[in-house]
Amino acid sequence: MQEKVKEPGSEFTHIGTRPVRPDGVDKVTGRARFGADLSLPGQITGKVLRSPHPHARIRSIDTSAAEKLAGVKAVVTAADFKDQPSEFVPAGEMMINYRDVVRNVMAREKVLFEGHPVAAVAATSASIAKQALKLIKVDYEVLPHVIDVREAMKPDAPLLHEDMITQGMTPAPTKPSNIAKRIEIGLGDIAAGFAAADIVIEREFDTKPVHQGYIEPHACSATVSEDGQAELWVSTQGHWIVRAHCARLLGWDVSKIRVTAAEIGGGFGGKTVVYLEPIALALAKKSGRPVKMVMTREEVLKASGPTSGAHVKVKMGAKKDGTLVAAEAQLLFQAGAFQGSPVQPAAMCAFAPYDIANVKLVGYDVVSNRPKVAAYRAPGGPIAEFAVESVVDELAAKVGLDPIALRLKNAAKQGTRAAYGPKFGPVGFVETLEAAEAHAHWRTPLGKNQGRGVAAGFWFNIGGETSVSLSLNEDGTLSLTAGTPDIGGLRASLCMMAGEELSVGLDKIRVQIGDTGQLGYNFLTGGSRATFSSGMATVEAAREVKREACKRAAKMWELPVEAVEYVDGKVRPAGPNAGKHEPMTLAQVAAIAGKTGGPIVGYSRINAHGAAPSFATHLCDVEVDPETGKATVIRYTALQDAGRAIHPSYVEGQYQGGVAQGIGWALNEEYIYGPDGRMQNAGFLDYRVPVASDLPMIDTVIVEVPNPSHPYGVRGVGETPICPPMAAVANAIANATGVRMTDLPMSPPKVLKALDDARAKGAAKM
Amino acid sequence: MSKHHVTTKINGDETEFLCETDETLLDVLRNQLGLTGTKEGCSTGDCGACSVTVDGRLVCSCLMLGVEANGKSIGTIEGMAKGEKLHPLQEKFLSHAALQCGICTPGFLVAAKALLDKNPDPSETEVRYWLAGNLCRCTGYDKIVRAVMDAAAEMRGA
Ligand code: FES
Ligand code: FES
Repeated sequence: MQEKVKEPGSEFTHIGTRPVRPDGVDKVTGRARFGADLSLPGQITGKVLRSPHPHARIRSIDTSAAEKLAGVKAVVTAADFKDQPSEFVPAGEMMINYRDVVRNVMAREKVLFEGHPVAAVAATSASIAKQALKLIKVDYEVLPHVIDVREAMKPDAPLLHEDMITQGMTPAPTKPSNIAKRIEIGLGDIAAGFAAADIVIEREFDTKPVHQGYIEPHACSATVSEDGQAELWVSTQGHWIVRAHCARLLGWDVSKIRVTAAEIGGGFGGKTVVYLEPIALALAKKSGRPVKMVMTREEVLKASGPTSGAHVKVKMGAKKDGTLVAAEAQLLFQAGAFQGSPVQPAAMCAFAPYDIANVKLVGYDVVSNRPKVAAYRAPGGPIAEFAVESVVDELAAKVGLDPIALRLKNAAKQGTRAAYGPKFGPVGFVETLEAAEAHAHWRTPLGKNQGRGVAAGFWFNIGGETSVSLSLNEDGTLSLTAGTPDIGGLRASLCMMAGEELSVGLDKIRVQIGDTGQLGYNFLTGGSRATFSSGMATVEAAREVKREACKRAAKMWELPVEAVEYVDGKVRPAGPNAGKHEPMTLAQVAAIAGKTGGPIVGYSRINAHGAAPSFATHLCDVEVDPETGKATVIRYTALQDAGRAIHPSYVEGQYQGGVAQGIGWALNEEYIYGPDGRMQNAGFLDYRVPVASDLPMIDTVIVEVPNPSHPYGVRGVGETPICPPMAAVANAIANATGVRMTDLPMSPPKVLKALDDARAKGAAKM
Repeated sequence: MSKHHVTTKINGDETEFLCETDETLLDVLRNQLGLTGTKEGCSTGDCGACSVTVDGRLVCSCLMLGVEANGKSIGTIEGMAKGEKLHPLQEKFLSHAALQCGICTPGFLVAAKALLDKNPDPSETEVRYWLAGNLCRCTGYDKIVRAVMDAAAEMRGA
């Protein structure tokens, strides 16, 4: 089922093979320790009191009765956290502001969403902690709330932040609003572009907020000694980030906090910020006891960081022959309680797959009474690409080209300038389209009530700060320590890259994710950067080990260092000295390390540059039930450029997982709010993510157009796969029914209504 | 509130514990017995991460009280490998890369084993419906379904 378009060169021993991952056995036996699996001696339980209101002013909080309850060891409120000035710092591909982070962790003046923390307790048992929460008296002045993005933009909408003046407008508005920011990017002359178009299509789209839906709820354990040395054990995508945020919010030195990344049960961007962690540390400090905190699923849905709901307007113009000449979009994004929606990356992605001379994108970042959004896999991309890829599909039909042909005609290639600035280097979009065209899926006839959709996907990927160490052990084995949490096979890939560089067997390398005390700074696992950046650092560290091994042998042999080379896992004299000494294995080099200068350690600390975008083409077949409107995905193929797949199984896994999440977003998933501003489906029963019986096998094709900036050609692959599915499904539904769905999720009642409306006009195909 | 004394068998071992009336079997396994291989994803019976067997029947341990384990025989992920020998399902999950983050894996393995104990030759559809109570957010289920089918084939000697 799975195939590769290009086999990697035969020069590789490990790269491109499919070994069992090093952390695998622990994960199939239950031995692996995830966020909630640690217990510390004397540990007590922390719980959070959360706002029942979507919007209210806090008049007062009285914790005295809770503090007196037997078994309660500490209570904290906003007063236990330092207020912060406004300052933006990067979080994944997004930015966060510490002034907002401290308020998101614990409400100060106001609560801004249902589930907003207002206080927390630590007690000797979970039931005492829950009892204590009930004893905390919060006097709220309930305020009118607003959820929907367009409602929130109205001049008379309830204001979340009374002093918020929209940034990015000239002249700056004089009155506050819920619009945090306006952004604009573009190319060429948009008016001239549309004037030159023969065909123009304009559509509006709505998407609902959805959640990353990682199966492991947020969890951490904290302990703080009497002299202020803190340890935190946490499920996170970035423990250096957690350390930074906690130090800032608590006013402690960074060096005082040591953070260990537990095994992480999924993140998808949602575990790039802090929620429980600073609270657990504050409770641990106050109580003098280790404190463990675990969210419930309801808390995860109501009070972590789902992604935006949005309203998107797209207008595209083409020549009669299908050449795209102008593209314009307006993106309105919910940020949740605090500014910082992914509208910027959404704008960057929207038209990126196409070479269009005239582009204009305007985005608005809008606050409303929902939890503050966090990154969700290609943050913003899927929303924008759903809209654009739907319009591209209609344009193709209008000009009479098949959807692959139209895309091939306009595909971004090496040298194409993206609207967000860069000129692409070698990219593999055309190759994915050609692979789709050649795939049996594309040519298989459809049955009754079935339709086929095509959609493209793009994500830019990032690099960033990374440290890796690689120690040559005394017996010649190796210990590799990386700092980007492994969410889905990273340790396997790093081990393979180190093994490839050093020509050693994978069983000779043990790889671990180090804590914040063991390495220099590491930015988080996000932006599809881990295999790219930690891989690059691993290769550099391995090369340092090789150089050092040569140096040590040179010393032994009394040769100049240039006269020694590393070949096939051994050092040997080179050039005129070849054959003068028996080659030494790494074990032999390790044995003389002490005498020749001490331990041999490769240490790489880099800011990984040269992350390259990954493009995809997806094919999707659906069958629509004409009676109920239920659309079922019956066949799916994801074709994507990986640059180079280090471990193809985990690359395929990224494609398949992204597709499944995208199908959930397309067909089922949404936050449902009542008129009271409260979430009505805060559980997996009603917030329904795809299950095994909802999906077919998901075929994958790995296209490999190597990234020249990476030693093995790696591109990030994790995020692109969630970008095409919503449009692929919508385009397939349109193909099956003749009805264009523009409102997510495309749930049975909505599809049925659209079908009935079309039937009344004689426009339906079924 | 006085605690209940419960005598049960876990992975074949006689086990005694004390628990509160309202404590779930999941809480007991994880918090008292240190069997943290069984995971909590929702505590409402919707994700299957907490799957165990009770007298051979597949159960969400978050939906069962600790006291109900009295006199029963409980199977958890920790009892699946025999000594150093992994169960064929565990082997196949590894060779098919049927896990990414791995948080759902113990639940899937326990559920899949319960399926194969009943039905050694399930169709893909039967596997998909049997596992529909187990959520995986990472894999899209493709490699999980393949691993289960492959393990079934191997166990049948096919
Ligand atoms: S924790 Fe029991 S079903 Fe989710
Ligand atoms: S592997 Fe992560 S939830 Fe299944």
